Amino acid sequence: MKTTRLIIVAVGGQGNLLASKVLGEAALISDIPVRMSEIHGMAQRGGVVESSMVFGDAESTIISNGDADVLLGFEPSETLRALNKCSLKTVVITNLSPLPPFTVATGQGVYPDIDQLKDLIRKKTKQLIAVNAVDLAKMAGNTMAVNMVLLGALIQTGILPLSAHNVKEAIKTRTRKDFVKTNLKAFDFGFGAVENMR
Amino acid sequence: MHKLLEDCPGKKLFLLGNEAIARGALEAGVAVVTAYPGTPSSEISMYFFDISQETDLYFEYSTNEKVALEVAAATANSGVRSMCVMKHVGLNVAADALMTLAYLGVKAGLVIICADDPFMFSSQNEQDNRYYAKLSGLPMIEPSSVQESREMVQYAFELSETLQEPVIFRTTTRINHSTEVVPLGKISQRKISGDFEKDPFSYVAVPAVSRNLHAKLLKNIEKAEKLSDNSKYNLIKDGGDLGIICNGVSYLYVVDAIRELKIEDTVKTIRVGFSNPMPKKTIQNFLKGCKKVLVVEEGEPYMEETVKAFAQEAGLTLPIKGKGENLFSRLYEFDPVMVKQVISEDFDVPYTPTAAIDFSDVPELPQRPPSLCPGCSHRATFYVVKKAAEFMDFMCTTDIGCYTLGFFPPLSMGDFLICMGASIGTGCGFSKVTGKKVISIIGDSTFFHSGIPGLINAVFNNHNFTLVILDNGTTAMTGHQPHPGVDMKQLNLDGYRQVSIEEIVKAAGVSHVSLIKPFKVKKSIAVVREALEYQGISVIIAQEKCILYAKSLRQEKAKAFYISEKCKNHRNCINELACPAFFIEENRAKIDPALCVGCAVCAQICPENAILPLKNS
Repeated sequence: MKTTRLIIVAVGGQGNLLASKVLGEAALISDIPVRMSEIHGMAQRGGVVESSMVFGDAESTIISNGDADVLLGFEPSETLRALNKCSLKTVVITNLSPLPPFTVATGQGVYPDIDQLKDLIRKKTKQLIAVNAVDLAKMAGNTMAVNMVLLGALIQTGILPLSAHNVKEAIKTRTRKDFVKTNLKAFDFGFGAVENMR
Repeated sequence: MHKLLEDCPGKKLFLLGNEAIARGALEAGVAVVTAYPGTPSSEISMYFFDISQETDLYFEYSTNEKVALEVAAATANSGVRSMCVMKHVGLNVAADALMTLAYLGVKAGLVIICADDPFMFSSQNEQDNRYYAKLSGLPMIEPSSVQESREMVQYAFELSETLQEPVIFRTTTRINHSTEVVPLGKISQRKISGDFEKDPFSYVAVPAVSRNLHAKLLKNIEKAEKLSDNSKYNLIKDGGDLGIICNGVSYLYVVDAIRELKIEDTVKTIRVGFSNPMPKKTIQNFLKGCKKVLVVEEGEPYMEETVKAFAQEAGLTLPIKGKGENLFSRLYEFDPVMVKQVISEDFDVPYTPTAAIDFSDVPELPQRPPSLCPGCSHRATFYVVKKAAEFMDFMCTTDIGCYTLGFFPPLSMGDFLICMGASIGTGCGFSKVTGKKVISIIGDSTFFHSGIPGLINAVFNNHNFTLVILDNGTTAMTGHQPHPGVDMKQLNLDGYRQVSIEEIVKAAGVSHVSLIKPFKVKKSIAVVREALEYQGISVIIAQEKCILYAKSLRQEKAKAFYISEKCKNHRNCINELACPAFFIEENRAKIDPALCVGCAVCAQICPENAILPLKNS
């Protein structure tokens, strides 16, 4: 079976660990081989949280530089930073709402211009899909559902060997009961947003 | 019921490596588990802490790894299957017990889980603990994947009982923190109590006894070598006459590389899963069929050196390579492409790596270092101590915990760090010879772990410095595990007592002890200043709960603050506290009400008193 490599980057607290767990469960339901690795020691301390997921025939759980087929970024500057995992073959999906790091407040760093950021990613990868995930999450009823919006966007591309149906099944079993309805709505909004771009 | 207790063999779960290890131990019938938390091993202890509350399994958070191993050494020698869990540097602490326990051996299985951290995602060094197996003479088992971990933990228990020796089970971060689909096995019945048969001439390690015990250990190593030679966990895959010897996660990268480079017919591999003693005959036979050999292992050339020695003994002169220029590094962790590249170069296989993305036109991105949380009591204490020491020529020895992050500017509290507990011992040394005012910083759990002997040393030898103990009521860094100073009743748990840090400090003979509530800034500065001026050893205990822990106990104040019109843009708040709840908008400092927890430290240092509580938060 073809190997598909996915990198997810986010800032601590954005819920990417739950997103990757949902994808893993969906793969389990779909009987697709899946392996995942996460560095989450600094999740609660505002650092970057990165998950790598490998679907299909591979033993490794991590992804080397230049080797990702898809990059899913929860925060635009972190998406740009993670471009070292990409190549001209990579499809990049990113949320567009910035969460500037504290170093911007203290003047030690400058946050990149979003339009320039989009141009750069477009130029250096196969395709950029940019989503206003925060707006869509709000529309779905919960700003915290950014992760589900982005999962919807990711699944719509069809790059992962997972169906929307099975990912939704995983959302039903793996996310908190009182959030399931909102989460499914957020997933559909993300899915629909990418569908409409095409 | 805890997820890992589900007794349905064959069911497949998407498990974290640490879950698979815990499950494997449950399936092996482990009855006693002891641990001191440390990344990347911490989750294992957290599962067993929970599981022990609903089963007859005994679990304890021991004060440090040495104590944890001693407890488990006794239970295993009473015939109860036991496991001891720690991170790689924890084994340094436990090493004293380990080395002689290897002489004594065990009766029931004892498995020591030791999690190495190549690349130091969360550690102060990346030591390769395979050498501990060699140093102690104990067998070592190394899985390559999450799935294998569950199974190999059980093998480790059996091996421990066959050899009557503790077995070291070594993982790396990429096993502990990877997730895979794992089919479950059956949970065995636990034997929760046992007996110890007195036999002082086998169990009391005085010189006359130990001389016999060392000889016994050497015989055991010979036996272990035979088992290693026959172990199914030293996997051999046939191919051609190019050989690869690998271990741990490197094996995964090798398998992927061989498939992707399409060299299945020219390359044969051996994955060493039983890595001490190394399977001598197996490797010598493997080498005989090879033209050249590449050893793929993260960390030190542990296998490479042994393989070269085996080749020499067998009179083989084939080239054996591993570490070196254009080969593999002793630094950090490996990745699939790196392994593919070295194999392709050394075995002369065509391979064109993907072109790296050109970053030359990408603007420099703002760094996002981890930081102390909004409302972290450590930030307040650091600010207070710094203000109190403002006019002193001081240096700061620090320790292992969240508060290590205080070394980042602008707090800049941390000039020297080695290991757990070292802030106090190094405080003694620096204050003796530098003439500087020395301030030592240690957390509550670290104080219990290994700070107390340093403090007693400071009292006895009459050292002159100030120790600040940051008591936030939990082991915060590794995920809020209890320690002896924790009030377990707040977690609705009976059967524990609480040890007072203040009483210990006083009992150690410290005559100048003060307590501060760091969120009361002005008052705390005055108390700290007086303590800093004291000649001799003075101790300040800063008491304020970790905000994340307080939230989990529903004790947080949660009244957000805002910056009012009175603000004149001095930005002391941002520049001196660096609290991540602040941000800049249109050149004005603002507070994110979703992040602010209302510690009110910024409000107390604002020169205009412009920071006020939000009315309806």
